[in-house]
Amino acid sequence: MQLHEKIPNNVNLSQNRRLQRALEKWQPNYLKWWKEAGPEDFQEDQIYLRTAISVDSKGWANFDYVKMPDYKWGIFLAEPEADRRISCGDNYGQPAWQEVPGEFRNHLRRLIVTQGDTEPASVEQQRLLCKIAPSLYDCRNLFQVNVEEGRHLWAMVYLLHAHFGRDGREEAEELLERRSGDFDKPRILTTFNEPIDDWLSFFMFTMFTDRDGKYQLLALAESAFDPLSRTTRFMLTEEAHHMFVGETGVMRVVQRACELMKEDPNEDARALGGIDLDTVQRYVNFWYSSSLDLFGGEISSNAADFFGAGLKGRAWEGKKFDDHVALEQFYEVDVAENGHISKKEVPLRTAMNEVLRDQYVDDNQRGVDRWNKCIAENGIDYKITLPHKRFNRKMGIYQGRHFDTLGNPISEDEFNAKASQWLPTAEDRVYIKSLMKPVLEPGKIANWLAPPKRGINNQGFDFEYIRHA
Amino acid sequence: MTSGTETQRPARITFDTSPDQYKHWKLEVDAPVARLTMAVQENEPHRPGYELKLNSYDLGVDIELRDAIERLRFEHPEVRAVVVTGGLDRVFCAGANIHMLSSSTHAFKVNFCKFTNETRLGIEDASEGSGQKFLAALNGTCAGGGYELALACDEILLIDDGNSAVSLPETPLLAVLPGTGGLTRLVDKRKVRRDLADIFCTTAEGVKGNRAKKWGLVDHVAPRSKFEEVVQKRAAELAASSPGKASEGITLTPLDRTIEEDSIVYPNVSVEIDREERVAKLTVRGPQGDQPTDADGIRQLGAAWWPIQAFRELDDALLHLRINEPEIGLVLLKTEGELDKVVAMDGVLEGLKDDWFVGEVRLLIGRVLRRLDLTAKSFFALLEPGSCFGGTLFEMAMAADRSYMLDDPDNPVELALTAMNAGAYQMSQGASRMETRYLGTPEKVGELLGDLRSYDPADAEDEGLVTVVADDIDYEEEVRIAIEERVSMSPDALTGMEANLRFPGAENCDSKIFGRLTAWQNWIFQRPNAVGEKGALTMYGKPERPVFDIRRT
Repeated sequence: MQLHEKIPNNVNLSQNRRLQRALEKWQPNYLKWWKEAGPEDFQEDQIYLRTAISVDSKGWANFDYVKMPDYKWGIFLAEPEADRRISCGDNYGQPAWQEVPGEFRNHLRRLIVTQGDTEPASVEQQRLLCKIAPSLYDCRNLFQVNVEEGRHLWAMVYLLHAHFGRDGREEAEELLERRSGDFDKPRILTTFNEPIDDWLSFFMFTMFTDRDGKYQLLALAESAFDPLSRTTRFMLTEEAHHMFVGETGVMRVVQRACELMKEDPNEDARALGGIDLDTVQRYVNFWYSSSLDLFGGEISSNAADFFGAGLKGRAWEGKKFDDHVALEQFYEVDVAENGHISKKEVPLRTAMNEVLRDQYVDDNQRGVDRWNKCIAENGIDYKITLPHKRFNRKMGIYQGRHFDTLGNPISEDEFNAKASQWLPTAEDRVYIKSLMKPVLEPGKIANWLAPPKRGINNQGFDFEYIRHA
Repeated sequence: MTSGTETQRPARITFDTSPDQYKHWKLEVDAPVARLTMAVQENEPHRPGYELKLNSYDLGVDIELRDAIERLRFEHPEVRAVVVTGGLDRVFCAGANIHMLSSSTHAFKVNFCKFTNETRLGIEDASEGSGQKFLAALNGTCAGGGYELALACDEILLIDDGNSAVSLPETPLLAVLPGTGGLTRLVDKRKVRRDLADIFCTTAEGVKGNRAKKWGLVDHVAPRSKFEEVVQKRAAELAASSPGKASEGITLTPLDRTIEEDSIVYPNVSVEIDREERVAKLTVRGPQGDQPTDADGIRQLGAAWWPIQAFRELDDALLHLRINEPEIGLVLLKTEGELDKVVAMDGVLEGLKDDWFVGEVRLLIGRVLRRLDLTAKSFFALLEPGSCFGGTLFEMAMAADRSYMLDDPDNPVELALTAMNAGAYQMSQGASRMETRYLGTPEKVGELLGDLRSYDPADAEDEGLVTVVADDIDYEEEVRIAIEERVSMSPDALTGMEANLRFPGAENCDSKIFGRLTAWQNWIFQRPNAVGEKGALTMYGKPERPVFDIRRT
């Protein structure tokens, strides 16, 4: 079979010799990587997965059984917009670039490599979760997320191969050589080197960390470099499912906690083998704060450069903002000095990371509101809250300082005294781990988790999402 | 226009420190290997107004580095290899702090760069002269001045973690040049092919791993899990390749110094400043009383032995004049003491040159004299009654742009040549001051050095050892006019002219670093494309992007 037949695409692969040559070498290495670093076991099983075979509404969601190594990782760009113009920065209004401008080649390559590196990293982080999946439905969702992260790697590698010459090919190879948590060849971003070894963390990751990914993609979708914009726009359609897995996953943990609270005389979900809401809150605090770090420094010259050059915009640049040059405006950033918070006006361009972070904060709140609605509907008086964005930060201007969950400055001692109320404790982790037992019979589910309201692609929850080989 | 208040002079910068006072470096000695670890305190900049992120450095950081390198040579001669590494996670050094540079005056930037250059040359001098071999152990990102620091070391080991790169991003990122010899060392010292160097110097993110090794940008790469092991192995091998001469050093005691508004006084050196004339008088006093002539006696004195004490003081005075007295354009070099004692001291310096300590002192004197050569001020040496310009001290007169000698039979003045003029103290371009002085008549050097003796004014003038000889009627007026004329000229033009005239003859890596690079760098540092309203250095960290004047000169 010809390469272009194996790889669904809308980038005219059959005619593009440069791309063929690059992929001929890269594709076998990718498969090697998948087998080595992708989900452990299950590689021979038939999984009910969604595969994109084209970008139109019919083509991007085809469901069928497939062995993961045979999954058709495709290369898809959103349909071109006629006469697309640059949506932000100094070159606002000029025609978007179809080729990489030499001036920004290194910057763009860095952006693409950094984004691309997170995709395989998350597959590696999650590779053992299938051994402790709480249901076939959840296991299948995990694999869906994994194969799509794999496809997102393909999407970034496509850009490297098609537009960055030999350097791009080398970077593409290195994306397969780095490994999450590997001492010698770690993934680029620190967060992506921590293993995710329980399902509560997985749901939190897909809720909060993948949502960072969504906002990065939204920012890149505004890029003046049109192929990057089109690639990321199509990736966003898949990313939505990942957030669905996260948001509904936590929701089902919460639902189950409420059910068990009602059963237990002391309203103690743990007593009946569930995950209590306080623990959920602590995991929220941890995952939300560490995902906030991924947006970068509050005041950043890189962010200003990227925006000015038109490499990255704000999420929904066209819809949500009026001034797309953003040179005359300022943005208010809270700075902490001597135990006090004060407002500082910084030039808007240097605050672009913070603008994107604030957009992200609002988006998360909507998900948390739905969890709280679920709790209220169960007649339980409890509210999950997002901690303040200053809480527990390891990057940026709040790093090294201490704040409570409302963002008030406190001393290190005060923080340490409360840390076990705010952040997952060693005991929490041991307990959560103890719940992680595989449940892989169709229709069955672990005790700590409620079943979904409906299954995938209008199938029932008891559908055989995975057929063992 | 007059104002009621005096101009506030900025706080004086001093160069004193010692390991127990370091904020940014840690010096650990486990002979024969020492380790210098850079862990810059973000919140301890040398002056307020910027943060030293990612192991970026400023003058304060470099003052400590210079101190450590000097101390290793004198206090730890048993050390044969020095590992220079970074103490922050995945960061070696991000180079000179950009916010510090962009908020500094031009004069400060130039003097900062010059000092850092001299410190890096000090590393190479320690390797060549003292046999202390330097291994740059790059544990992470190594950019700009960070890589230039590595380039000054004998060997470079880069961690291979798929991410850490060496880079010189100055041109693509800031529209300036690497300011500490990076370009020269890349092609002259490491002999990186010039076209590969061209790619390297225009790629802001730099080059990592095996390619860095293949291109010759580094000597070794090692994965993270093997890194420390390879560091120790290479350090041990470097140490073994350079057998030691001594097991115990001497202590570099703090300088005895009194700073007043218009003077600095040390036991052997004094500086007097005449602000109205914009002239400083720098006097070095020769050795006094009985001086030891054997290695043991000298060792007992340690840092109090005249040659090391006087030249450490001179070094400090020169740094002070450079950084704290930018308006003083002319320095009059004088000596006081007995010529015989200076000549006798030179006899000891030459006779005991194989003693490690005497050897180190000779090398130190060489560095101080080079610092004098490289100081952007005019120097006139005044050979007057009571002076002692013999041998080592006569090098100062030869380093000066001109020398004036009084010819007064009632107040005789003499100078003397000694064996120490025969190449013990080389200039940056690798020639002695005698060879440089007589570039057009090289046979004269052998002639003069073949008959070491003292010279009276007429004799000295005949042999070309001084510039101007004037009798007691003319002398004062000659010197006064020369001084007034000199300070009336453009300081910039004088700096350039002196730098051109002081270093005739062939070039080498060191002289290129100062001559070629600083000239270009200082020009680029002034150009609108760097520091203009829309220049890259001005725009760094700001929301707007630079705009270049696209005309090539």
